Formats: sequence, C-alpha cells, structure tokens
Amino acid sequence: MKAKSPDALKQFLINQVLLDPNRLENERLEKELSYISRERVNNPIIYVGMGTCGLIAGAGKTFKAIQEYIDDHGIDIELIKGGCIGLCSAEPIVDIQLPGKSRISFGNVKQDKVQYLLDEILNHNIPDLQTIGQYKNDISQPWEGINPIFDHSFFSGQQRVLLDNCGLIDPVSVEQYIARGGYWAFADTISSLTPKGVCQLIEESELSGRGGGGYSTGKKWANTLKTFSDQKFLVCNAVESDPGSYMNRVIIESNPHRLIEAVIIAAYAIGATKSFIFIRQEFKLAIERLEKAIENARGYGLLGHHIFDSGVNIDIIVKRGARAFVCGEETALNNSIEGKRAMPESKPPYPSEKGLWNKPTIVNNVETLFNIPLILKNGPDWFKKTGTDNSKGTKLFTLSGKVKNYGTIEVPMGTTFRDIVWKIGGGTSGKQKFKAVILGINSGNYITKKNLDNRIDYEELKSIGTSLGSGGFVVIDESTCMVDLAKYFTNFFKNESCGKCIPCREGTARLLEIMEVVTQRPGKNNHFQSLERFKGVMQLRSLANVMRDTSLCALGKSAPNAILNTLNNFKEEFDAHIFERKCPANVCRDLRVFSIDVDLCTGCTACYKKCPVDAIIGSARHPHFIVEEKCIGCGLCYDACKFNAVLIQ
Amino acid sequence: MPPSIDSILERFPNKQREDLIPMLQEIQDEFGFLSEEIINHVGAYLSISVNKIYGVATFYDNFRFGPTGRFHIRLCHGTACHVAGASTFIQELEKQLKIKSGETDKEGLFSLEVVSCVGACGLAPIIEINGEYFTQLTSEKLNDILQSFRIKDQDIYES
Repeated sequence: MKAKSPDALKQFLINQVLLDPNRLENERLEKELSYISRERVNNPIIYVGMGTCGLIAGAGKTFKAIQEYIDDHGIDIELIKGGCIGLCSAEPIVDIQLPGKSRISFGNVKQDKVQYLLDEILNHNIPDLQTIGQYKNDISQPWEGINPIFDHSFFSGQQRVLLDNCGLIDPVSVEQYIARGGYWAFADTISSLTPKGVCQLIEESELSGRGGGGYSTGKKWANTLKTFSDQKFLVCNAVESDPGSYMNRVIIESNPHRLIEAVIIAAYAIGATKSFIFIRQEFKLAIERLEKAIENARGYGLLGHHIFDSGVNIDIIVKRGARAFVCGEETALNNSIEGKRAMPESKPPYPSEKGLWNKPTIVNNVETLFNIPLILKNGPDWFKKTGTDNSKGTKLFTLSGKVKNYGTIEVPMGTTFRDIVWKIGGGTSGKQKFKAVILGINSGNYITKKNLDNRIDYEELKSIGTSLGSGGFVVIDESTCMVDLAKYFTNFFKNESCGKCIPCREGTARLLEIMEVVTQRPGKNNHFQSLERFKGVMQLRSLANVMRDTSLCALGKSAPNAILNTLNNFKEEFDAHIFERKCPANVCRDLRVFSIDVDLCTGCTACYKKCPVDAIIGSARHPHFIVEEKCIGCGLCYDACKFNAVLIQ
Repeated sequence: MPPSIDSILERFPNKQREDLIPMLQEIQDEFGFLSEEIINHVGAYLSISVNKIYGVATFYDNFRFGPTGRFHIRLCHGTACHVAGASTFIQELEKQLKIKSGETDKEGLFSLEVVSCVGACGLAPIIEINGEYFTQLTSEKLNDILQSFRIKDQDIYES
C-alpha cells in the first residue's frame, strides 16, 4: 500500500472513518486502517517503551543506541517512542515488528544489548535475550517457539480494556489512535446522541467514580446537565499525588488521546464548553505528551469551535498543579485552578452545583473518564458484563513492593487479592513471608492474610472496613515494621495537611508526636518523656476517632486510618514497641540494640572503624564489644561485619 | 529586572487571579526560584498584594525562594521507597551534606529535596540528580554517586 500524504491521510480519516456511518461494513477500509495503525507494516518498526518508569530504567539510552544503529546501517526502520505496557519489572522493553511477522517483545534491553538484538532479529533469528512474548493475530506469521505475550503470567490474570492501546501505539499520533477505533465514539455521539442520551447511557452502564468516592458517574452528570447556568465546567482530576500509585500517569503517557476523547464527550454530556485537565507538575512526560496530543487532535478539528459542523464548542486547558496533596480533593482542586491556596471547602454545596467561579463543575478522575469512550462505543451492556453485582467494569492498580512482577495492572472487579499477589505479581520477591497489602496507600487500608480471599468490590470492601482508595497496591513482607509504616503515613499527612481545620492540623501533629515517642528509646533520666509517652498511648485511639469524625475533608478523615488499622490488625507489634520497647522487624532504628558474638568476631576492626560514636571497644585480632549506653542503633557495624558477628537483639 | 520576565508576563494578557500559579511556575522554570524582586513585580502586574502572592506560593511545595545547588538531589520518599529503606538515605544524605531537606549546602554544590513519589516504585529506592535517575540504591551506591558528582564539579571548575 502506498503511503498517503499527511493532508490526504487527514481527509481520509475524517471523512471515511470518523464521519462515515457505514465504516464497519467496509472490508477494504479495514485493511487500509491496519496499515495506518501499524498492525501491518511495509518496513520494520521498532517501539521502545518510554514511559517514565521505562526512562528511569534506561530506555532513553536504549533508544539512542537503536537510533545510532539505524543511522550506521542506513536501514529503513521506523523507530517510535512508545508508551508503557505495564510490566515495569522488565523495563526497558523493546518491541520489533518485521513485515509479515508478528510483533515480538523483548525485556531488559539495556543499551549494550542493542547491537546483538538487532543483528539477530533483522536476520530473522531470535536472539538469546529475555523475550516477553509475541502478539499473535490473523494477518501476520508467528515466530516459532515464542509464547503469545498475553500468556505471560503477569498478563494472563488481567483483563486489559483501559490498557488496550498502552505500549502498542505511538501515544501522540492521532492517526494511529483513530485507525484503532479512537474518536469513533465521539464522532457518533455528537452526530446522533443528545447530552441527555449520553448521561442516560452512562447511568445505565452503572459506572462509578474510580477516584475513591464510588458515586454513580451518570447520575452526577445528569444532575449537572439539569442545572441551569450560562457556563459549566468539566475538570479532569489527574493530580494523583498518592505516593505509590501512578496508573493514571501511565495511561495518560501511553494513550493521551483516549483522555482527550473522554473529556470532550463528558463536556458535551453536561453542556460544558471549557474543560480543564489538572495534572501534577512532576508528571512532565505526561504533560508533554498530553499537550502534543491535544495539538494533534486540534489539527484534526476535534477540539475548538463548531466541531465537525455540529455546533458543539469544546476546549481543553491543561493546568499544572503546584504540588499539594490536598489538590486531589475536588473543592481544593477548584480553588487551585482559580489561583488560590488549595483549601478544601465544606460540602454542600457540591461542585456539581457551585464549583469553579461558582458555576456548576463536574470533577472526574482520569480512570473514570477512560471508561467513557468504551462504554459509548460498545454499549452499557458490554460494560456491565464485567464485574460483580455491585461493581461493574475493571479496575487499574499500581502493583509494587515486595512482588516479583510489578507494574500497572488491570483486573475485572471481583478479582481476589490473592490472585493479584500470586498469579499476577508472582508472589513475594524476597525470602521473607507475605505480611499485608497496602491498598490505596495513604488511606492506610491494609489487607491482611485473613482478608486475602476477599474480592475487589465496593460493597465487599466496605464490609471489611476498607475501601478501594487511590489504586496503589503495595505488597509488604515480614521485613516491614507496621508501626514504622504508620509513623511514615502520619508524617506524610502532617506535612500535607492544609491547616484549615483544627482536627486535621493539630491532630496529625499530635499523632506524629505519639508515634515518635513510641518508636524511641527513653532518654537518660527523662521521666517527663515517659509520662508523655504513657499519656500519648492512652490517647491514641480516641484522638484518631475524633479526627476521623470531625475533619473537614477526606485528607483529615483518612489520616488516622493507618494507625487505627495497625491497632486493629497488628496489635502485637504495637505492644512490642510500647511494652517491650522492641521492634520485631528490626526497622525502628532507635529501638535496635546491637551486640557482638564473641565466638564469631575475628577482631578485624571493620565495625570499630565505622562506628560514629565510638561505642565499640576492643583491639585488633581480639573480639570487640559494644557499649550499649553509647550505641545510637545506627546499624553501621551490622552492615560492616563480614562474619555475621554483630547481632540485633 | 532581566528582560525575559516581562516576556513571561506578557503571555498572560488577561491579568487575572487564575494566571497567578501558572505565571509563578513559568518564572520558576526560567529562573530556578522566586526572588522577592520578582514577586513584587508580579504583584504590580496582576494588581494582587504581595502578601497574597506569598500566601499562595508558600502553600505549594513546588515554589522555592532561594537558589538550588549546582546538583539538585531529589530523593523519593513514596511508600514503596519507604518500605525499601529510603528514610535511611535521607538521614545519611542530611548527615553527609550537613543540610536538611529543602536546603542548599554552603558551597552551593548540592541541594536536597525529599519528594513524595516519582512513580517508578518497582525500582525503589530512587534518587534523581539533575534529571539523572539512580535506582535500587544502597549505601555504597549513594557514596559513589555523591563522589562522582563532586569529581564532575571539579572537572567543570578546572576546565
């Protein structure tokens, strides 16, 4: 097939694909689209997974090495900066597709392996490197002896609907996105559906907000559509400041056009002409790709005035957040867009009635929006097929921590936690045993061993006293101290509290004070500290409960969760810290006491030299001793000893 | 006042309150931090009191009011990094560089910032120095990295 000029391609994609209602019956079109979407290729094509996690793992250097190889050999190869397929543990990932052959995916391709990889593969040999798998389809010949990629244990337990294009396409290319069925839903919507019809369809699909609230998206939209106002706004919340969850960033980086399509459909559905995508400033790559994609979409007339002669005007403005955790709260986020401090406000009135500049404003999370084009394209019944009675569709998680396979995953609602940790994650990575899953990171929801067979479902999680939260899924093992972790969360909330309401501002500070004295050794002759410690321990639970009941926004309400959960699920660890002043996992530095095993010590003086406070005494070739009163528990001696002679008590 | 500040301000012809944060972000991207002089200038341009601008700018963690070092260290302290032992590295960096998080050392060589999550949790613990990432840190790696930057600085100085 001959390549079209950019202008001809644009006219073709708009007139014969987006605006043609009979496109599905046209077989010839399908073939043409498969060339545009690069499912069929005339020349070899190479994708390098260049999401942020890929780049951190060294994909930038790999890309450069491939570019140099192509330049040196003068071969006609299309090299594309791709997105992230989700398997972060195999980054940098390089996909190669030769004409007529299936696309094949290699993991851990550092720059030094590039030459060997390309030498072999361009001669149709499979190099002796880590292969993740190949993408099988009807139009290309498969490689022998290579498994289909979706048979990989990481992918086989997933149902990839939102992630379908991620890692497979050139993220910013509007052509590839349209050729794969993108913007079709939008083109059909503005030509054949009323805003009310869109709201009804979404309500029928039972899609609920993925930002943590879980409220029906369709109902929320319908209420705003009914409200009379000269101006309405749609805001996409892409703040995602919860440490440990980054799936929204991954889908924006890898498939920004789907977000744009969703935003313009949502804006159309509620009657908004202006929409904001509020995104964290640190997501530099996501911002860059989003802006580029918006520019490309604008070139196709998908944004702006009078879109496709329908009389619909929609514009998107990308706003960079200036880093404040509380911006994830919708009223705080609106204040930040208005150029004020991101302080939350008490509700009601909800933003859907009085939001940005007191106009009706819908705030939707990225993941919620990502579902919208798919629901409109495939129908609400298609969406309802996946999931449980109470929760429909799929859910994204960022799987990390002590598991073998980590990355961004998508599972149908109703999957059990056990399946995610062992089937997809491949089990714990270290020698230690599984301890818990931290779900929703900073809301401090723990899934312990006894809850592993619970399903991911709004109602079921509520019944065990937790919620989905932000989508971070950190697996921890026995080497983590839960009290130390609770202290970490409390410290985070203390730093991020906006300070508007007293329960949160003073409560987080006091909680941290208590957690600090619990994880410290008593100072010398410091009776006052003992009393404070006793008082604090007594107050802990009631203080946490008061904060949860009286704080203004979700930040203050969820701040004490980590402590309450630890008290409920890991009480014995708290007891060990409080009564025995011991840290069972040996994490809390101040509680560690070191000693030296006289039989194992060879007197090599390595520990003696490292000790910063001269707490180790002894001479060369004779066993050393640690003076307990002087020791600060830094553990340098423990790390320095090659003979395992330093013991932690 | 350098000429480029006016060119940044000109990009916001509507002079509205909502322009404040993007404006400060662009200025900081250009100059590295927000000086008193710049804030006065922005206040005059937008007709917003300087107190209010400081009120907004100090609320957000992104804004700095002093220059960073030649090597700006950003240490990730997300949950996955914490579980992998990032807090040890904070203490170690603070001890070695003799500065606290958010400060710059006396020679203006290193500045340290603890950030909440860079989003590559699988490779924890992570630090970033001037855009270059170092993953799966250990104490030895950290020492080598700092040393390599000290040497790099000397090379620049001597050349």
